[in-house]
Amino acid sequence: MLELRIDGIAAGHPVLGEIFVQVDAGDRICLLGPSGVGKTTLLNGIAGLDRRLTGEMIRTQPGLRIGYLFQEHRLLPWRTVRQNLLLVGASPREVDRLLEQVGLGGAGDVLPDQLSLGMARRAALARCLAIKPDLLLLDEPFASLDPDRADELRALISTLLDDYPAMAMICVTHDPRDADRLANRLWYLDGVPARLQWDDPLTASATAESLTLRLRALAGPA
Amino acid sequence: MNPPRWAYWIMLPLAVLVWALTAAVLDTALLPTPAIVLESFWQSVQTGDMQYHLGVTLRRVIISFVLAMTLGTLLGIWMGRSLLANALLDPLLVLFLNLPALVVIILLYVWFGLVETAAVMAVVINKVPNVAVTVREGARSLDGRLEQMARVYRFSHWQRAVHVWVPQLFPYMMAATRGGLALIWKIVLVVELLGRSDGIGFQLHMAFQVFDVASILAYSLAFIAVVQLIELALLQPLERKASRWRTAGMHHA
Repeated sequence: MLELRIDGIAAGHPVLGEIFVQVDAGDRICLLGPSGVGKTTLLNGIAGLDRRLTGEMIRTQPGLRIGYLFQEHRLLPWRTVRQNLLLVGASPREVDRLLEQVGLGGAGDVLPDQLSLGMARRAALARCLAIKPDLLLLDEPFASLDPDRADELRALISTLLDDYPAMAMICVTHDPRDADRLANRLWYLDGVPARLQWDDPLTASATAESLTLRLRALAGPA
Repeated sequence: MNPPRWAYWIMLPLAVLVWALTAAVLDTALLPTPAIVLESFWQSVQTGDMQYHLGVTLRRVIISFVLAMTLGTLLGIWMGRSLLANALLDPLLVLFLNLPALVVIILLYVWFGLVETAAVMAVVINKVPNVAVTVREGARSLDGRLEQMARVYRFSHWQRAVHVWVPQLFPYMMAATRGGLALIWKIVLVVELLGRSDGIGFQLHMAFQVFDVASILAYSLAFIAVVQLIELALLQPLERKASRWRTAGMHHA
């Protein structure tokens, strides 16, 4: 679906190391790494949002659609949730279905800032899905939610991934349990400049505990 | 905390009262009483002069206003978004901001003759730099995160302008509109006084020649009332409607 080499040089300064990214349909990747290492920068690089980053697009699926769940909802605050979804090209019927799907059936005519953080994030997730994405980018989707809301969202994303088997996902997180629950592949970004230290397929036997141990082993000597 | 409603209705009646008392005491044609001004107003309404000249001036104000807002907004967005455009045009902007309105009016009349186009152009040239400066501030403060969002979701240029930029620029355009209307009609009067044979500015010129202070006050107050009406009936409701979303976060659903 996507093969990309990022030099990691932005405006003459190294912000990341050289990174080779390869994503295929159905890949569910969790991107782990210490905070501040450049996970969001890498995600923006993949989405083509960081104009300063240089690199080389080796292969990309024509018309690749990317749905990006930013850390903030980034819905247009002056448009209702429904209008926000219609704007990216969803039909009115799809909008109703999507809002129902993310548990916001009654909230279509509300302005984004009237929603709680968790609801706004689900509305933004509905917008991601509204463009029928081939690749879903999630930047810390569970951050600053209380544990119950975070679990609800985890369950929701897990269901959505089952519903769209061909969709690829890259999810930035710092909780290895997310990898356990959502991912079939793991990226670990670390070092100065930051490189992908692993790019591993996750086997069914991988558990949160074993992942945590591996992460500790990796982080230990550094 | 809103101030009490009556607070808005104190100073104006008081000013009229002071005016009436002073005029009564001085008893001179150079300061007519409010009653005389009202009578002068009524006379020119009956002859149709008031409506005609008010209409002519209002038309010039609206045409100049629309042109100045459009050009100024485009220029402001361009300069706010492009550092190169800003570097190239900023010195010109400073020049035009400091160019006296009177100089522009005289030069255009000298070069193009006493024609309507020169009159409107003079007003537009005077106003565009103010609009551009205000809108440029707005364009500089556009939210980069929403820009990224618009890129990911492949907004068209039109969608980006209408749904992402205009709502963010709206307060700045409103500020430019408010200041603009007041500034433009004052310049239109000077333009009319210097080189037109209709409009309120022309009437003021005629009244000045015969020291008809009552007419001068009648025409001025009539136009102030019109501008105030536009503000109350058009601008304020528009602003309230467009900024409703700003208070949305205060009462969560």
